[in-house]
Amino acid sequence: MNPTQPVPTLDIQGLKITLPGTARPVLDGVDLTVRAGETVALVGESGSGKSLTSRSALRLLPPGAVVEGAVRVGGEDVLAMDADRLCGVRAGSVAMVFQDPRAAVNPLRRIGDFLTESVTLTGATSRTDATARAVELLGAVGLDESVLRKYPGQVSGGMLQRVVIAAALMGDPVLLLADEPTTALDVTSQAEVIALLATLRERFGTGLLFVTHDLDLAAAISDRVHVMYAGRIVETGPAEDLFARPRHPYTAALLASTPRMEGPRGRLAAIEGQPPDLREPLHGCAFATRCPLATEVCDQRAPLPAAAPGRPEHRAACHHSDLLEGSAVDA
Amino acid sequence: MSFVRFAVRRVAEMAATLLTASFVVFGAMYLAPGSPASFLLAGRSASPEALAAINAQYHLDDPFLVRYFRWLGGVLQGDFGRSITYRTDVSRLLADRLPVTLLLITMALALVVAVGLFLGRIAAVRGGAADSAVLVTTTFAVGTPSFAAAVLLQGLFAVRLGWFPSSGSGEGLGDMLWHLTLPAIALALYLTGMLARVTRSAMLEALDSEHVTVARSRGVPERQVIRRHVLRNSLGTVLTTGGLIVSTLLVCTILVETAFGIGGIGQLLELSTTTKDFPTVQAVSLIIVALFMAVNLVVDLLLPLVDPRVTLGSRKAAA
Repeated sequence: MNPTQPVPTLDIQGLKITLPGTARPVLDGVDLTVRAGETVALVGESGSGKSLTSRSALRLLPPGAVVEGAVRVGGEDVLAMDADRLCGVRAGSVAMVFQDPRAAVNPLRRIGDFLTESVTLTGATSRTDATARAVELLGAVGLDESVLRKYPGQVSGGMLQRVVIAAALMGDPVLLLADEPTTALDVTSQAEVIALLATLRERFGTGLLFVTHDLDLAAAISDRVHVMYAGRIVETGPAEDLFARPRHPYTAALLASTPRMEGPRGRLAAIEGQPPDLREPLHGCAFATRCPLATEVCDQRAPLPAAAPGRPEHRAACHHSDLLEGSAVDA
Repeated sequence: MSFVRFAVRRVAEMAATLLTASFVVFGAMYLAPGSPASFLLAGRSASPEALAAINAQYHLDDPFLVRYFRWLGGVLQGDFGRSITYRTDVSRLLADRLPVTLLLITMALALVVAVGLFLGRIAAVRGGAADSAVLVTTTFAVGTPSFAAAVLLQGLFAVRLGWFPSSGSGEGLGDMLWHLTLPAIALALYLTGMLARVTRSAMLEALDSEHVTVARSRGVPERQVIRRHVLRNSLGTVLTTGGLIVSTLLVCTILVETAFGIGGIGQLLELSTTTKDFPTVQAVSLIIVALFMAVNLVVDLLLPLVDPRVTLGSRKAAA
């Protein structure tokens, strides 16, 4: 690592995860960094591996997973540490906000218990200090301390997601992983939760890895975007540049298939075909069978990520990136 | 609904159910073939005068409802009538024999809970070979009825090895515990297997839930995850099964007490049924029904404490 650059909050290098009973890795050479205080969006469709990538920062891996590569949090490899240290990281520097708050909180225990359990049980904080901290964080997410005595069934879904966010902040994390934190909520609560996450990120200076399939949302809140397809990062770049001038046909197709209020009415554009099956090995580019630009080379050789001319931050793994620039692709 | 109102309502319901049960119990004996008089005479031909004397002594000629209400009035004052075969007050018989049965059932219940929860927990948490071992053991246990277990245990530990007495209930607490060990095991075997399996599947279900993953992702140590989220969340199922277990113990104790010659109310019920000793049969049946309902009441009162989603007066869980 270059000593002049600060250590990134999250640094995933060449992460490859193979699950039993599959013909190809579910994650194949994923590189991803989140710097201190930065918001990074990870976009992709169901099964693309985006959740698994974010969960790897906590070493939350499915049973039987074979892992290669490195996942460093503050320079320390999460995949290599012992169980005690891992508990410490999970209760402290990395925290996750899950998709469905109703499923994420034990319905049989009081909310106060949920908020304080990780920091008290790892011995990081006394019960009294933890409760004081919980009250403070509940205030930060706009809830009062009466919630502490309540059971999850007694508050609304939006309130419970605020509780989950407050709970994530209990250990003063440097990295917050948000795995589609708004999917299970209604539209009003969604906007509130997003605004809340942005405010908290600024106030507490945490890095945020935001996993979503919502392109507009990703564009609105993130500094940089990673687009995933079939276990690989196909394109990465600053949010504005990536959405204005996509360099991967998959990103372009995703953008074209997003419904627009102002656009013409009619059938929604969809990407033809299905993502590749995990039971079949991949030889070339994973997107080749659905790609309007695909040629022979795409079936034979997997493209490597390459930077756009003059824009080193914007990288795409496509043999035909240059064909895309300037002309939008009709998918 | 407040806890007190709920409890009062449930106790009132229980009293009403007991009243109905008393009518059924009394009526069943009335409808059953044979009469105590013919048992007492044991096949001898009696003079009509002797028969009439017996019928008069036990009020056998009165109309059904008159007999029922006379009996019920007595029961409410603690008088269950006189046993025909033992020629003593039924309440005396009960006072002598109920403690033995309660001790036996308590011992069996302690065994079922301790061993069942332990095996279920090991199977769910360890998985693999431990799980297979528990599954095989509990299949054997569940497939062994208590009377068969009684005969096997008697043959091995009482007759062949001589470690335990083969029958009787002993004198004094220590001796009683020693006498009741084999019967308690016989009684517990099937139910231990059942509880282990129920605990295992409830824990596996809880282990599979998202909030367990969340707890782990937050650095909660695995032992605490199991205790606070997996065991805790299986408790409702275990408690409900517990009510069922006590009910089954109350029924199975009849077989086991008979097999081991233990002078409890189970054996009393068996003997008095074969001798048509109807005051005793009615009293024991009524006591078993009352115990059965008391257990269910306790479970109902405890459930809301275990699961906050269960509201008093309904078992409907919140979404």
